[in-house]
Amino acid sequence: MFEGFFDVVKKRARGGAEEEYKPPMFKCPRCTQTSPLSRYEELHRVCPKCNYHGRLSSQERIAITVDKDSFKEFDGGMISANPLDFPDYTEKQAEIRSSTGLNDAVVTGTATIKGSPVVIGVMDSRYMMGSMGSVVGEKITRAFEYATENHLPVVMFTASGGARMQEGIVSLMQMAKTSGAVKLHSEAGGLYIAVMTDPTTGGVTASFASLGDIIIAEPKVLIGFAGRRVIEGTIKQRLPEDFQLAEFMFDKGFVDMIVERRKMRSVLSHLLKLHGFAPKEKEV
Amino acid sequence: MDEKKTAWERLQLIHTKGRPTIKDYLPLIFTDFYEMHGDRLYGDDKAILGGIGRLDGKPVTIIAEVKGRDINENKACNFAMPHPEGYRKALRLARQAEKFHRPIICFIDTPGAFCGVAAEERGQGEAIAKNIAEFMTLRTPIISIVLGEGGSGGALALGVCDELAMLENAEYSVLSPRGFASILWKDASREQEASEIMKLTAEDMVDLGVAEAVIEEPLGGAHNDLDKISENIKEYLSQKIAEKCQKDIDVLLKERYTKFRKIGAFSE
Repeated sequence: MFEGFFDVVKKRARGGAEEEYKPPMFKCPRCTQTSPLSRYEELHRVCPKCNYHGRLSSQERIAITVDKDSFKEFDGGMISANPLDFPDYTEKQAEIRSSTGLNDAVVTGTATIKGSPVVIGVMDSRYMMGSMGSVVGEKITRAFEYATENHLPVVMFTASGGARMQEGIVSLMQMAKTSGAVKLHSEAGGLYIAVMTDPTTGGVTASFASLGDIIIAEPKVLIGFAGRRVIEGTIKQRLPEDFQLAEFMFDKGFVDMIVERRKMRSVLSHLLKLHGFAPKEKEV
Repeated sequence: MDEKKTAWERLQLIHTKGRPTIKDYLPLIFTDFYEMHGDRLYGDDKAILGGIGRLDGKPVTIIAEVKGRDINENKACNFAMPHPEGYRKALRLARQAEKFHRPIICFIDTPGAFCGVAAEERGQGEAIAKNIAEFMTLRTPIISIVLGEGGSGGALALGVCDELAMLENAEYSVLSPRGFASILWKDASREQEASEIMKLTAEDMVDLGVAEAVIEEPLGGAHNDLDKISENIKEYLSQKIAEKCQKDIDVLLKERYTKFRKIGAFSE
């Protein structure tokens, strides 16, 4: 309180007028321009200047995607053990659980989208950069297995820095586990729509994220296998700004469509209906 | 078998000049080998070798990551770091094996999939993902052996199999210890420390359910007796291929899925 008081005194002493109130600002990581944070939030975290689609929490994503009160979570209490006895990993996770309110980097469950039933998964980059360890692997595998048994489509929002380093080789094996479950769902005729959000990289790109029947990306999000700095280190030169953005991957043929957040729910609903997943009568 | 070496000592050993590569093993394990080239989409990646040969007189498909034995060979095979077309060639040959009811034998020996602009443009992530998913349901037995380095997704792309064996001094890891130290501690020079806590040795793989077998190397390492190590690999393969070929294919596929399905450590 007194510090503020002295600031004012100092300012007056310098002869300047008291500064106007400045609203909190959002600085876009893509175009580096600033906009009022309130505007960015109003647009559900889309940069008003360049249309970069920023990161949403899993709760926010579910809220803007599925029908109100339709989400029923799977395995919400699952938490990771420490397969390598990695120093401080258990403690670190406990801290992140309490600071984020999340139990790991993916939330899965069933829901309806404009009445069409789906199994949905949403990764959350706030939890250790959305990295895939045992819990992410197990929950995604179970979600696909449930969808296979119940003839349901899967909509998976991906966001991940890649493997969970602290789980070492066990983390790598989650790529095989999840991809296996996706494959069995596919062989049973299941529809899988992958929605790549910021960032989708590493072991997640090299497994279930790239296996969608339909792959959608949000504008300007990062999509790639190797990290930008790793590649720059290999080739000893700077990469162009648009390298590994959604539009780049779209041009190269790895993304079916780029869909803006405000249209996502509607596009998903249409695609589900095109595959015969009609709303149940009473829910129309 | 040697008295137990540390993870770090083994990493030094597999990087020793003279460590045998697939090119050394091929003529000693297989007969009638014919190499097949190209992914039919883009090109032929020299970092992955594939073809048909005989093991104990029976046709098999062989897919392997290729390390060079000198700088020229290494330049030609990009230091065993495949591009997407390498993985796509592997998948093409694996599907061909399925069609003609040949078992598949994969040899893993890579620092990792190549990290470069062209690799990204051609879909390194998609290529690896596709192999992992497709290998899971190929209706023919698959045995994979890690010869030296099993680096991350680049290794796993040839690592979905019915049984995985590690050469005694081989490693399998999510990332090189150097990269691991760099990411977690922002200090690549702590790679030795990283190697000891990452659990990347052959015995660690068996303990974690990632590998089923360890193939013994001659005293001092594989390079000390190429004939002996080739004999050990061949003996293992002969036994396993015969065993897996006996099985009902649907049972085999269920077991393959379960092998990966059960890996993970969590509580609920």
